[in-house]
Amino acid sequence: MALLDVNNLSISFGGLRAVDNFKINIEKGELYGLIGPNGAGKTTVFNLLTGVYKPNEGIIRLDGEDITRKSTIEINHAGIARTFQNIRLFKNMPVIDNVKVGLSERFKYSSLEGILHMGSYRRVEKEMNEEAMRLLKVFDLDGECETLAANLPYGKQRKLEIARAMATNPKLLLLDEPAAGMNPNETGELMDTIALVRKEFDMTILLIEHDMKLVSGICEKLTVLNFGRVLCQGETKEVLANPEVITAYLGE
Amino acid sequence: MSKQTKQNLITYGIVIVAYIIVEILILTGNLSSHMKGLLVPMTYYAVIAVALNLCVGILGELSIGHCGFMCLGAFSSAFFSKLTENSLPTVPRFIIAFIIGIAVAGLFGFLIGIPVLRLKGDYLAIVTLAFGEIIKNVINAFYVGVDSKGLHFSMKSSMELGMEKDGNIIINGAMGITGTPHNSSFTVGVIVLLISLFVVQNLINSRDGRAIMAIRDNYIAAEATGINVTGYKMMAFTISAAIAGAAGVLFSHNITTLTASSQYFGYNASIMILVYVVLGGIGNIRGSVIAACILYLLPELLRGFSNYRMLIYSIVLIVMMIVNWSPKVIEWRKRTFGRLNLKRGAKEVA
Repeated sequence: MALLDVNNLSISFGGLRAVDNFKINIEKGELYGLIGPNGAGKTTVFNLLTGVYKPNEGIIRLDGEDITRKSTIEINHAGIARTFQNIRLFKNMPVIDNVKVGLSERFKYSSLEGILHMGSYRRVEKEMNEEAMRLLKVFDLDGECETLAANLPYGKQRKLEIARAMATNPKLLLLDEPAAGMNPNETGELMDTIALVRKEFDMTILLIEHDMKLVSGICEKLTVLNFGRVLCQGETKEVLANPEVITAYLGE
Repeated sequence: MSKQTKQNLITYGIVIVAYIIVEILILTGNLSSHMKGLLVPMTYYAVIAVALNLCVGILGELSIGHCGFMCLGAFSSAFFSKLTENSLPTVPRFIIAFIIGIAVAGLFGFLIGIPVLRLKGDYLAIVTLAFGEIIKNVINAFYVGVDSKGLHFSMKSSMELGMEKDGNIIINGAMGITGTPHNSSFTVGVIVLLISLFVVQNLINSRDGRAIMAIRDNYIAAEATGINVTGYKMMAFTISAAIAGAAGVLFSHNITTLTASSQYFGYNASIMILVYVVLGGIGNIRGSVIAACILYLLPELLRGFSNYRMLIYSIVLIVMMIVNWSPKVIEWRKRTFGRLNLKRGAKEVA
C-alpha cells in the first residue's frame, strides 16, 4: 500500500480552480519530485496536504489513515512534516531550541513539572537534549547549537529547518523549494543532506523544486503540474523526455 | 550548571541583594519615610512588569490593559480581606487573599483569551485596552454590603442595598473599598516578585515556554511543527493575567482607600508598565524588573527639580531607549565590556 495516496484533490479560490483533480501515489522510501511552472499550484498542493487549506473535493490518505480536512497540527502528529519556500525558523531562539520545539510532542512532562522544574523535568530535558544533539550532529549543526537561528548562514538555516521537521519523527517529509536562493555549491551540499536524510532515517520525501539539476539528480519519480492539473506522472527520465513537459515547462 | 540556570540565579541574586541593602538602610535609619512608602509600590510594579513581559516579550502579543487584571486582583482580594477581617488570622487570610486575587485575574485572562487569542494580529491589544476601561467603570458602579442576613448587591447606589442598620458596606461604588488591612510589606512584595520570577523564568526554560516562544517567532512554522498554537497562547496569557492579579493583591493591601481610578488602573497606567517592559528589553525578564524599579523611583527622586521633573524623566527614557536598543550602542557596549573581560582574563593569567 502506498504511504501517501491522494485522489481527485481539488480546491478553488473564487472562480480560480487552483488545483484540479490532483492525484499522487508515493510508496514508502521514495524520493518524489513535484515540478511545474510558476503559479502551477505546487505550493497549494503542499498547503492542502498539510491542512493549511481545506480541499473542496478529494481524499488524502497517509499510511491508510484518512487525513483530509484535519488541522495542520493533527496532520503533523499523523506524520507529515514540512519546510517552507521562504525559510520559517524560530529566529530568536538558539539552534538547539528550534529542534527541541519539534521534539516536544515526543518528550513530555506536565506543565506544572515544567514550571516547578520538578518531577520528570530533569530526566526528560536531558533525554531531549541528547536527542536534539544527535539530530544536529546528523546535519552537522552540533557546533552551533547555541547560536541564534537568525544568525546562521543561509545554507545552514535550510538544514536546520529540515532538522526541525525531522525532529517531529514524520513518516513523510515535504520540502518546498529547498534549493531556492542557493548557489551551485550549496545546492550540491543540499543534495547530500537530502540523500543523508533518506539513508539515516529511511525517509519518504516529496519535494518541490525548480533546479533541474537537483531534480534529475536525486528524484526517482516526478509529477508535473501545469495550471493546477497533472500534466504528466512517472519515472524521472520518462517525464523529462515527455514532449508536453518540454513545451510547458522545460523549453525546447 | 547550564547557562540559563546561571542567568536565572543572577536575577534572583540581584533582587535578594537589593532587598538586603534596602533592609540595612531601613535598620540604620538612612531611609526617609517618603522613600519607605515607595518600596511596596516598587515591588508590585516590578511584578506586573514581569507579567506583561511574559505576554509581550515571550508570547509576542501586545496587551495594553494589564492594569485591568491588576484591578481585578486588587478588588477581589480586598473584598475577601474586608469580609473576613475579624474572623480569620492575618497570615492565612492574606494567603487566601492572594489565591483569590490570582484566580480571579487568571480566570478573566482565560475568558478574554478564548475569543481573542484565536485571531492573529493586534486584536488582543484592542480587546485588552477596552477590557481595562470596562473593568474600571463597572467596579465604579458596584455596591456590595454585608449584614446579618448576608450579602447585598446593587449596581445603582448604596441606598439600594437595603441593608440593616448594623450593615457594613464593603464596595461603595466610586468610593471603592476603604480600610483594607495593611498586610503588604516590602518583604512580602519581594517574596511575590521572587515567586513570579521563578514561575516565568522556569516556564521559559521548559517545553511549554519553548512552544510559546516558537509561536512568537513564527506561528505558521509552529503549527506545522505540531504546536497547539491557541492552547499555548491561552496558557501564557492566563499566567500573565494571574501574575498581574498578584500585583493587584499587593496593591490593595497597601492602600487605605482602594478606588478604581484612572490614575492606578487606567490606560495611562497600563502604558506606563508597557514602557517599563519596552525599555527594560522586550523578552528580557531581568531587564523589566530593573527598569520598573528605576523608572518608578525616578520621578519621585527628581522631585527636587520641581518643574523640570518630567522633562528630565523623559530625557532619561530616551537615553535608556538608545542604550538598550540602538545597534551601534549595543556594538560599542559589547566591545567595551569584551575588552574589560579580556583584561580581567589577562590579570588572572598573570
